[in-house]
Amino acid sequence: MNGVHDMGGMQCFGRVAPEADEPVFHSDWEARVLALNRAMGYARLWNIDMSRAAIEELPPEVYLTRSYYEKWLIRLEQLLLDRGLVDAEELAAGRALKPGKPLPRKLGVTDVAAALTRGSFSRAPGTPALFKEGDRVRARNINPTTHTRLPRYARGHVGTIESVRGCHVFPDTVAIGKGENPQWLYTVRFDGRELWGERCDPSLKVSIDAFEPYLEPA
Amino acid sequence: MSHDHSHDHDEHHPHGSQLSEMQLRVRALESILTEKGYVDPAALDRIIEAYETRIGPHNGARAVAKAWADADYKRALLEDATAAVGALGFASRVGDHLVAVENTPATHNMIVCTLCSCYPWEVLGLPPTWYKSAPYRSRAVIDPRSVLADFGVKLPEATQIRVWDSTAETRFMVLPMRPSGTEGWSEDKLAQLVTRDCMIGTGLPKSPAEVAP
Repeated sequence: MNGVHDMGGMQCFGRVAPEADEPVFHSDWEARVLALNRAMGYARLWNIDMSRAAIEELPPEVYLTRSYYEKWLIRLEQLLLDRGLVDAEELAAGRALKPGKPLPRKLGVTDVAAALTRGSFSRAPGTPALFKEGDRVRARNINPTTHTRLPRYARGHVGTIESVRGCHVFPDTVAIGKGENPQWLYTVRFDGRELWGERCDPSLKVSIDAFEPYLEPA
Repeated sequence: MSHDHSHDHDEHHPHGSQLSEMQLRVRALESILTEKGYVDPAALDRIIEAYETRIGPHNGARAVAKAWADADYKRALLEDATAAVGALGFASRVGDHLVAVENTPATHNMIVCTLCSCYPWEVLGLPPTWYKSAPYRSRAVIDPRSVLADFGVKLPEATQIRVWDSTAETRFMVLPMRPSGTEGWSEDKLAQLVTRDCMIGTGLPKSPAEVAP
């Protein structure tokens, strides 16, 4: 989806504001939101791309004005509502009004170490890789209305395959419940001037990690 | 978009009332999920404790210091960062797709996620607010030198800048250049030079004079 989350190349947001000695969390509620998201993510009711998509689907005015952890809270409430795990009356009341549904699995204290380990997204390839290091490729001009990981700024531009990263779960399908559909993944390097034109710093190179369906030979 | 420093958006969210609204809303959700049997508050405590204590940039700093001190480890780190960092035995095993990229006099690397805020949590901890902010995510790929200027970093014009946009599950960390004047330093002492920002590429390691003898 061509949303406001796809920010690469926008110039309207002002300076970056690093914070000296930034704490891990700015408030206790941020820590609880993070932990609630991790615990419910562990339940296997949705995958990471579904949760990314839920943030991307927030209205732009919400996306741009709410903080990172505020969005995580709104996203979690939405995922729970969408799947019927809580209902709006319960959120309004601030307490459970009916019993919970069974979860595929529940995060217990002894599972935490394992839950904090990122899983692998590598899968066995079904077909040989179409591209190899050094190949010239063009990022396809696609504009799916659902979740994708091909940023707009790369679309239509020609780059070079720098690394073949193996075959990985394909976000575009797994985000919409259409399966892992593993695809070859490549690091594709672009010249800054190819992306941004003549006035770009000639020393700039930008890479994305692109799934094979995002690419065509150039 | 933190509430804790001045920011254009803050005027839309008066500091105190927004925080208390969020506190109430989060507390309510945790109560509901606990009562329904979906979460165990003790497990939530453990998660928070891990990110506040064990999982942080000190892990990445150890890998960098070891790479500076040990040429074989550096080779291993650049070849397969997942295995090389995994061998250090941190509390949270690193994910399967970690890549370390090396700064040289010719090339400076920077890490960003323009689409969300992907970040190598296992080696650097939770990302700082600026990393997740619109200014960083938007400008890092089009004008990284101006982003570096926001951090007070100025690189020679001849240095190429390479920006890595984390658009898949691959996670990147920067192996910065070892500062001169650190010959013979132990790994523990070298690790004190390694800042979080220098492993993202928005900073440089500390100078030897900044580290206590």
